Amino acid sequence: MTATAARREAPPRRVTLRRTWLPSRLAPYAFVAPALVCLVTFSVVSIFVAAVVSLTNLDISGLADFSQVRFIGLGNYQALFGDPAFWEALGNTAFFVILGVPILVIGSLSIAIGLNYSRSWVFRALRTFYFVPAITAIVAISLIWGNLYNSQFGLLNWLLSLAGLGPVPWLTDPTIAKFSVALVAIWRGSGLDTIIFLAALQAIPPEYYEAAAIDGAREWRQIFSITLPLMRFAIFFVTVTALIGWMQFFDEPYVLTQGGPVHATTSMSLYIYQQGFRYNAFAFASAASIVLFAIIAVVTAAQLRSRRGDDG
Amino acid sequence: MVRRRTNGVLVGTFLAAGALLTAFPFLWMLSTSLKPLPESYNYPPSVLPTTITLDSYVALFTHFEFGRYLVNTIVVVLIGFVGMFLMAMAGYAFAKFRFRGKNALFMLVLSTLMVPIQVTMIPTYLILNSVKLTDTLLGIALPTLVSAFNIFLFRQFMTTIPDELLEAARLDGAGELRILLSIVLPISKPILAVGGVLTFVTGWNSFLWPLIIANDQQNYTLSVGISLLNKQLAINPPLQMAGASLMVVPIVIVFVIFQRYIVQGFTMSGLR
Repeated sequence: MTATAARREAPPRRVTLRRTWLPSRLAPYAFVAPALVCLVTFSVVSIFVAAVVSLTNLDISGLADFSQVRFIGLGNYQALFGDPAFWEALGNTAFFVILGVPILVIGSLSIAIGLNYSRSWVFRALRTFYFVPAITAIVAISLIWGNLYNSQFGLLNWLLSLAGLGPVPWLTDPTIAKFSVALVAIWRGSGLDTIIFLAALQAIPPEYYEAAAIDGAREWRQIFSITLPLMRFAIFFVTVTALIGWMQFFDEPYVLTQGGPVHATTSMSLYIYQQGFRYNAFAFASAASIVLFAIIAVVTAAQLRSRRGDDG
Repeated sequence: MVRRRTNGVLVGTFLAAGALLTAFPFLWMLSTSLKPLPESYNYPPSVLPTTITLDSYVALFTHFEFGRYLVNTIVVVLIGFVGMFLMAMAGYAFAKFRFRGKNALFMLVLSTLMVPIQVTMIPTYLILNSVKLTDTLLGIALPTLVSAFNIFLFRQFMTTIPDELLEAARLDGAGELRILLSIVLPISKPILAVGGVLTFVTGWNSFLWPLIIANDQQNYTLSVGISLLNKQLAINPPLQMAGASLMVVPIVIVFVIFQRYIVQGFTMSGLR
């Protein structure tokens, strides 16, 4: 009796299997769709929107009433290239890239090599100190440094005065402010790059060093003949990401100087932000963002190409 | 050997000095946040507070609306975790299914890594504005809800799940969603931990999107709130530093507990 009941129940179970609301054939699409829609909307679609908007006269009134929006061709780009503030922002960004990328790459590579020197607990504990700035909020960090830089009661000027040096206008002198703002970003950015370098260092088989030591290679020699060549990919990767990061430099100048004094620390990103959200010139800012995108794309492509030539 | 020993001490000393330089701004932050206002203006500045007070922390929650900002930040982080589920789902599909257009779609995902935030900030604002999501917490979380990097991370890990396990579950009559929830996700705990910590850090620290999307004070997050502390007419250092501590200390605690996962996540970002 129970046996027949069981047999009678078996077939419906297979039917429910076939009628499951999510057939295996469609499942992958259903799984991919939500994430993909988000991703595509805020990246690929965004670029198209930016490109289209950059050819219009969209501003705050156009946002309220779309019938006022008109295509004006390349007018925004013309205005952009005629704006001295745009060229200054571009120059500032170039300055940040040229100053920041080499210091960041060489600095974090040296720290990583140092941290990798020994496996003792002291070195492992020291690591944490170098990593923490990488994950703390840039806004909070900028605020802390703003405090240290303060010209009236800041700690840095007091320390300098102990050494008999005059007060430095950290954030009020146009030239010095550029360096001050960049220093904060370097201090913060080094943590992440150190992590990446350290991981690459630890992947180098120790036998290489043992062999070199037997051959009589000194430690400096080992760094230049073994470590650096084997780290080529990590160095390349960090250089590219550092380059892109500096081209998008935003938070530190926004919090510390608001781009001042007299535009001295206005990066391209800050310029776009100010045009877009302070002056509500959405179309004009979109044109600027498309130009920045083109620059980043060209520089990155050039980097990738140079690597392809380097080791096929 | 003796030579290596001395070198080790030398390297260690340099690193310790550097570590002190790195840690010092944080110690300064904590110290200043505990000073009474007049003392913070003292020149020469005192490294440690002579009188300790929690006034600035209290002021953040009473004179300012940091309680509100804290809740908003937590909501944004929680929405981020929904995003993480979506990314895990997509990573699983890319790892374990064969379907038409899979490679093209995956290339599409990876290509979004190259799009800088500056290009997307204005169109994203316009898109969110057109669906009335500006000035909402959901709107703040949406632009960073899904990242190509995390999908990639999940996919890499989930490719190692044995196919036999999934086939066996299918033969037992489990639906695809059921397989995802009760087999795939539990196996993927290590990578979910990496993704979870990164999601928390990103959501907690996020600054540009809340700045753009939130107009009403009601929707400010901690990062926007403390950036405003720098725009007050009279600078109040202990208050600023208390605000900074409120943002930094939870992250440092999370970091110390989950350091292994964070380092692992960042490492994979770079080298795989």
